[in-house]
Amino acid sequence: MSETSPLPAAPRRAYLDHAATTPMRVEAREALVAHLDLVGNPSSLHAAGREARRVVEESRETVADALGCRPGEVVLTAGGTESDNLALKGLFWSRRAADPRRVRVLVSAVEHHAVLDTAVWLAEHEGATLELLPVDARGRLDVAALEATLVADPTSVALVSVMWANNETGVLQPVEAVVAAAHAHGVPVHTDAIQAVGSVPVDVAASGVDLLTATAHKVGGPHGAGVLVARRGLDLTPLLHGGGQERDLRSGTVGVPAVAGLAAAFESAVKEQVDHATRVSHLRDTLVEGVRAVVPDVVLNGGDAEKLPGIANLRFPECEGDSLLMLLDAQGVEVSTGSACSAGVPQASHVLLAMGQSEEEARSSLRFSLGHTSTEADVAALVAAIGPVVERARTATRRVRR
Amino acid sequence: MTGRLRVVAAMSGGVDSAVAAARAVEAGHDVTGVHLALSRNPASYRSGARGCCTIEDSNDARRAADVIGIPFYVWDMSAEFHDDVVVDFMDEYAAGRTPNPCLRCNEKIKFAAVLDRALALGFDAVATGHYAQLRTGADGLVELHRAGDTAKDQSYVLGVLDQSQLAHSLFPLGDSEKPAVRREAAERGLLVADKPDSTDICFVADGDNTGWLAEKLGDRAPNHGGDIVDDATGEVLGRHTGTYGYTIGQRKGLRIGRPAPDGKPRFVLDIEPVSGTVRVGPRAGLRVDALRADRPRWCGAAPSPGAPMACTVQLRAHGAEHRAELRVDDDGEGTQTVHVDLLDPAEGIAPGQAVVVYDGTRVVGSATIAATVRATATATSATAAAGAAR
Repeated sequence: MSETSPLPAAPRRAYLDHAATTPMRVEAREALVAHLDLVGNPSSLHAAGREARRVVEESRETVADALGCRPGEVVLTAGGTESDNLALKGLFWSRRAADPRRVRVLVSAVEHHAVLDTAVWLAEHEGATLELLPVDARGRLDVAALEATLVADPTSVALVSVMWANNETGVLQPVEAVVAAAHAHGVPVHTDAIQAVGSVPVDVAASGVDLLTATAHKVGGPHGAGVLVARRGLDLTPLLHGGGQERDLRSGTVGVPAVAGLAAAFESAVKEQVDHATRVSHLRDTLVEGVRAVVPDVVLNGGDAEKLPGIANLRFPECEGDSLLMLLDAQGVEVSTGSACSAGVPQASHVLLAMGQSEEEARSSLRFSLGHTSTEADVAALVAAIGPVVERARTATRRVRR
Repeated sequence: MTGRLRVVAAMSGGVDSAVAAARAVEAGHDVTGVHLALSRNPASYRSGARGCCTIEDSNDARRAADVIGIPFYVWDMSAEFHDDVVVDFMDEYAAGRTPNPCLRCNEKIKFAAVLDRALALGFDAVATGHYAQLRTGADGLVELHRAGDTAKDQSYVLGVLDQSQLAHSLFPLGDSEKPAVRREAAERGLLVADKPDSTDICFVADGDNTGWLAEKLGDRAPNHGGDIVDDATGEVLGRHTGTYGYTIGQRKGLRIGRPAPDGKPRFVLDIEPVSGTVRVGPRAGLRVDALRADRPRWCGAAPSPGAPMACTVQLRAHGAEHRAELRVDDDGEGTQTVHVDLLDPAEGIAPGQAVVVYDGTRVVGSATIAATVRATATATSATAAAGAAR
């Protein structure tokens, strides 16, 4: 028998992984369900088709209102990853076709894999030159480094992509400064705003970005529905060919129920953004303080950088993040190591590595993310569980090291 | 161990470990499924439907855990596996020996790194799908015994486990026969019920040991050319490009242009890692009447040093049982050497293989073969070679 007794089982689940996906909002579910029995294909010309098309276009207008763009700029996609792929590949191909010198792809080192791996693919298969833009120890883009590389040879830059807010640390990126720097040289900018929408004000027109990615399931909408906002007049080469349903930029029958759910979720999330931010940032602070009271040497990744209200990424020295995750899961507390998985193999977070952490430091972090259904009780459940869990994970680390 | 335990079920993605996990649940234990990721980049090891390192295997294990209804995680053991198993495998071949990486993995990974982590995280035991039985002896120690299904018995690869490891192990398939396990998997709705058994070394793609070693060893000794020499006459019969391509007892692939004078097949009798010489000769030269082994690991109480002990030994996985007499020498500083006289001679035994010692069905322990001796032969070159390799 082991000398440590089993931890008592927790009666309820505390879901602290809203940055992975969010519970569906009531209004999103209602909008989705209401359209499940609608027969028409939005591209059909008869009455049923027109009815379906009307739902799609009203949804598009709702999304445009929520994001501060024109309805005609909203391209409906199957989700954030597709939007990021269309943005990077579509822009790279069209920009290089217009001028073969444009091969440099500048993306921040802390992008989500949907952007990062797309950029790597362009470099490996399409002749792009990938430049990873550095971040500081807090995870914020080094704008001076971006300016320097732009100035060095602006005519060779195909695009810049910098996320609005980081999905692992919640750190906000200086999107306006990025736009100013890139536009000074006529270079278009894409931003992945998946985590930002509904948490901080996101206004496409005001931001000046040329392309913006957002997705439904991070704001209480259904999975499998996203948007790419593409500035009017911007030339993009399509990824998916076929019926040309979405401005000839994206083919495929539009999924009407999912789009209706997406629009309802965006509308509510943006309408409630200020109150939501106030509420979850309070919960987040309670969480960080509560954990720190039990585990005094915990480190807040990203430090004092400006962050999303709902994300706290904490480093627990001498702990393996995946041990913590498993032990918390057994206590009914659901969190993330914030890192990508291939076959479920935990890899050290590229975001934390880019911030200068060692592999060991990066592997000892957990992401806690709060959302529209989070409560004081969720935070209390974590705070109650974290002490013994950290103690046990530390024992494991020390034993395995011996 | 009795009562309700917190158990880590090591799930490879195969049928045996899936049924073992299901049985542990049925026995009333609190079971968590764990798949061991043994490579950071699963595609870099073998690919295909079998083995233990592919994404498909990880998914199969996950689906089995879903069906059984237990939590499931992937534990990254790639660094430990590389350092303790893969590197050892290469080093052993480079030294002219023939290692068994499955024993090494059980000793260093499954029942060491994984077990240590499990115990530290609050678990009581690790369950696997090995075919072997655990019993509590009269002295209160946990005994490891051969499986009920002798054709599937895997006690040989578990012979490296000591008491502290056995005391925290569960082998729920120990009293079962393989066809029954497959039927049970199908009845339980486990999709891996018909999955083929893995037979090759899990990290070597397509079972191509020689190709894998050629790539990994590169210019390391003895990956240089060497002579293939007639053991009796000393005549050079041919050249080879690396001793790792040869194993004692090997008959095929010697690439000797001409037959032996008596027309009988030649076998690899000996590998000299320093000179890179591979010695070949007739089958009679493979006979082994005694062997010396080191690095013993005892499952329970160690045999008394100096006292001869009647036992049986097994010299390779799924190999025959040989009646033998064993004597353990202790140099007084904790280093033990095991001497085994085989009453039933063996054939083609290579240094690096494990000798697993049995008392009836009970596993006494194991040791790594350092040298073999032919009682009747004039040449004891295997002994010399093993000596040179040390």
